[in-house]
Amino acid sequence: MKPSFNRRSFMKVAGASIGVGALYRIVPTWGAGKEGQEMGRLLGKANGESVSPFSFVQLSDTHVGFNGPPDPLGTKAFELAVEKVNQLPEKPELVLFTGDLTHDSENPEEHANRMRLFQKISSRLNVAKIKHVPGEHDAGLDGGKLYREFFGDTSYSFDHRGIHFIALDNVSRAKPEVGEEQRIWLKKDVARFSKTSPIVVFTHRPLFDLKPEWEWFTSDGDEVMNVLAPFENVTVLYGHIHRQNTQRLGNAAHYAARSLIFAFPDPESGSEKKPIPYDKDQPFKNLGIRQITGKQDQVPSSVSLSINDVELSVREFAGTAGIQQFSKKGVSL
Amino acid sequence: MKSYLKSPLSLLVAAGMILSGTVRTWATEAPREVVITAKRFEFSPKQITLKKGETVTLKLTSEDVTHGFFVRPLKIDTEIVPGKTTEVTITPQATGKFTTICDHFCGVGHGNMMMTIVVEE
Ligand SMILES: [Cu+2]
Repeated sequence: MKPSFNRRSFMKVAGASIGVGALYRIVPTWGAGKEGQEMGRLLGKANGESVSPFSFVQLSDTHVGFNGPPDPLGTKAFELAVEKVNQLPEKPELVLFTGDLTHDSENPEEHANRMRLFQKISSRLNVAKIKHVPGEHDAGLDGGKLYREFFGDTSYSFDHRGIHFIALDNVSRAKPEVGEEQRIWLKKDVARFSKTSPIVVFTHRPLFDLKPEWEWFTSDGDEVMNVLAPFENVTVLYGHIHRQNTQRLGNAAHYAARSLIFAFPDPESGSEKKPIPYDKDQPFKNLGIRQITGKQDQVPSSVSLSINDVELSVREFAGTAGIQQFSKKGVSL
Repeated sequence: MKSYLKSPLSLLVAAGMILSGTVRTWATEAPREVVITAKRFEFSPKQITLKKGETVTLKLTSEDVTHGFFVRPLKIDTEIVPGKTTEVTITPQATGKFTTICDHFCGVGHGNMMMTIVVEE
């Protein structure tokens, strides 16, 4: 019997992000019914491993070593984020850091100190798997030399519960680009997967032209996305822009997490590329954590289930006092 | 206002180099040259004005490290490597104010290293 299901929706990667980061919940949408189990088995066959529910967190742009203006709090938001992640009722199995872990320093020793401090804080995360990609502030000046000493390769891939995660480096060539070598590697890396395999790419800069004149782009982003175009379940997580953003382009959904240091304004607002000023009465304004409860109030087999779990509303959260705010039910993507 | 035009003599020399081996006459004007200098974390001048349809050659140099010179609407994406002059010849086809950025990471002030190219009718 051929199961009737929409392959595209067999898995939703539901994301929500706020200043500090985002919690992603992976929910197979075929549900627990008999037919659902059959689909899970078939997909498991195709992908090597079947997708099972789990959650993970994205944190971005911690800029350890940065001292205002505009944000005089240094690593405070990062440390608070770590605490919040540790308190999540649904324990994430994985944390992805999407670059600018540290702020650059001309002095390699000082930069190394910042990387050490980053590791000291992130090691408090009560999470089994922590993965990173560099941002230009980590790897732009020395081609990623110091970063590799601390964090290993700048691009790699791994599988977690039936999902293929790909770390892409679009910073260490100093320009906003992935480069041919990595694109060739990417092609080989994804070759063994079926079209329906869920793929999560995490990188620092957006892989599309979000705002080129603010350096919010990757020059060969289209070529990268063309490699991934045959795949029906592609999620791209990135940082760099210090604000939340969601875009669906072709088969891929692109999500930006906010930063843990300061926010940038909406590029369409006509403002300059300048951090949003620090507000001492609301020190974590525009930074924060969004928690996804994963409460189910619908039939488990409903495809919309995981989407309803999530709220991702820039409008609602922009400008509100951030880090204590938690998500409510509502907006679907 | 400062003029970025080079002396007519150097224009002729440049034109001679470009046109050697062709049958074009000296009546063909060599492109106007505009000199832009990059250093951490600024371009100088901060703004240049071009004419729509006019071919110009931008002569780019760096005083310190490698910088980028990127402006998507004018299809310019080049590197400015210190110790040499990078030439970019363009004929802008649309008017407007185009933000040009350094897109080669050059240090702490990199994110705000930019200038404006104005194209007028
Ligand atoms: Cu520069």
